[in-house]
Order: sequence, then C-alpha cells, then structure tokens
Amino acid sequence: MLKEGEIRTFIEGTTNYFETSAQQAASVGSPYLVTDGKPGAYEYTGVIGISGARKGIVYFTAPRGMLTVLLMRMQETDSSDENIRDLVGEVANTISGNARRDFGKNFVISVPMVIAREPDRVTAPHARSYVIPINWRTHSAKLVVCLE
Amino acid sequence: MDSSLKALKLMIVDDSNIIRRRIERSQQIARLEVVGAACNGREAVDLFRRTQPDVVTMDLTMPEMDGIECVQELVAINPKVLILVVSALADKATAVEAIEKGANGFLCKPFNDRQLNEALEELLSET
Repeated sequence: MLKEGEIRTFIEGTTNYFETSAQQAASVGSPYLVTDGKPGAYEYTGVIGISGARKGIVYFTAPRGMLTVLLMRMQETDSSDENIRDLVGEVANTISGNARRDFGKNFVISVPMVIAREPDRVTAPHARSYVIPINWRTHSAKLVVCLE
Repeated sequence: MDSSLKALKLMIVDDSNIIRRRIERSQQIARLEVVGAACNGREAVDLFRRTQPDVVTMDLTMPEMDGIECVQELVAINPKVLILVVSALADKATAVEAIEKGANGFLCKPFNDRQLNEALEELLSET
C-alpha cells in the first residue's frame, strides 16, 4: 500500500526525468488504483524489482513511437530495437533509483528487465497497483508502482 | 586547449549503451579523451588495467560487479584515479558510501549536458 506522499515521489521522479533528459516537460494525469493485478502495458516495458524495506516492482511502459522521439530529444540517432530496450529500462531504473531520495537506501532496486512486444507478459506481483498516466507530446505512457 | 595542460584519459562505465554514448557525446572538456567504455564492473576493471585512464565515470547499479565494488577495485589499482559516480540512486547514504570507498564526485541521473560538464570540471579542478 502506498501513501499519498510516496506516490508523489514517483510523480516527481517522472516529471524530472522528462524535463531533464528530454528538456520537454511531461504532464502526469491523476494516479489511479488497479485492483485486478493487471495494470496493463504498452509495447515496451522496463521492470525494476524492489527488495529490502519494500517489496514489489516499479515499471515504466511506453509505445515505440514515444521512445523513438525521446531518444531523438537526447541527441541519440540510433533508434534500433536494442537502444529502445535500453532506454525503457533506463527510464524505469532512473525513476526507481531517484525514489531512494525519499525511501532511503533500503529501497533496493534491481537492474532493469525489459519486456518487448509481449504486453500480456507484464504482470504485477500483487493485486493492487498504482498507475501514473504520463502524457508527453502526443504520446501516452505509464508508470506502474506495485509495492507491499 | 591550453597546451600546458596534460590530456587526460576518460573511461565510461555504465550498463546502458545510451548513457555511455551520451556521456561520450556530451562531455565538452577539451582535456579529456575517451579511451574506452565498459558495461559492468568486471569489464571496467579489465579495461582499466589495459587503458590506465585518469578519469572514470561510474554507474552504480550494474550486473556482474556493481559500481561501489568497482570503485574500490579501481582505487586499489591506482589511488590517483578520479572517479565521478553517475547514478540514479539519489539517497545521501549511497553518495556518502561511494565517496568513502574512493569516488571523488557524484552526479545524479537524469542529467543534462551542462550538469555533466560542470561535474567533470569540478572533478578535474582536483588535478
């Protein structure tokens, strides 16, 4: 179960990522709770396992079009599948790692696992997940936080 | 470039190819010449022995060998190496631990070009 302030940590991490890496702000919609264990996913998903004081996962999921433009905004000209996978994992890693500013060192994050083109394989370990909708340029993505 | 200043060799360590390429592309310090890049701590130690860099940018969360352990190994090989940790891990305890193990600076991801170059300039001011 997440407290309101903890959700705000992930919202701030998300907006900071886009402002800093892409120099273009993203807007974040109202977070909502999913209780069926299926928060949903887009084409590419970077999953971070969380252990230590909290247990669960954080994932960032986005369509290829958004990730391609994000790469371009970062002056990366190679939008190969390998780099798209790398990027979606790095976004998840960065937002999760930044959360340690508030959660502390015992919020232990794994290296990213990337799931591509198999959104049905993306599942939450617990029934309840918070979904943070992200809108950037014309694209939609989401950050999913599923913690005990 | 001031010809009186010695060129310094830079090694980039990060498990993300995008970040490795971004640091190489974005660093504008004339004295720095990129001599190699590694995607985990173990590879970094091997590359460090072969290329003997003066400066290292170091990620922390990596497979095989993490960045903190790698910092310790690199400092044991060459205590004079300058290491800038570039990591998403934003808690103070991790930054303090990295410095205690031998790193010289800490840059939090995400970063922009200005922040990267300022962090590198500050690091090099120690030389």
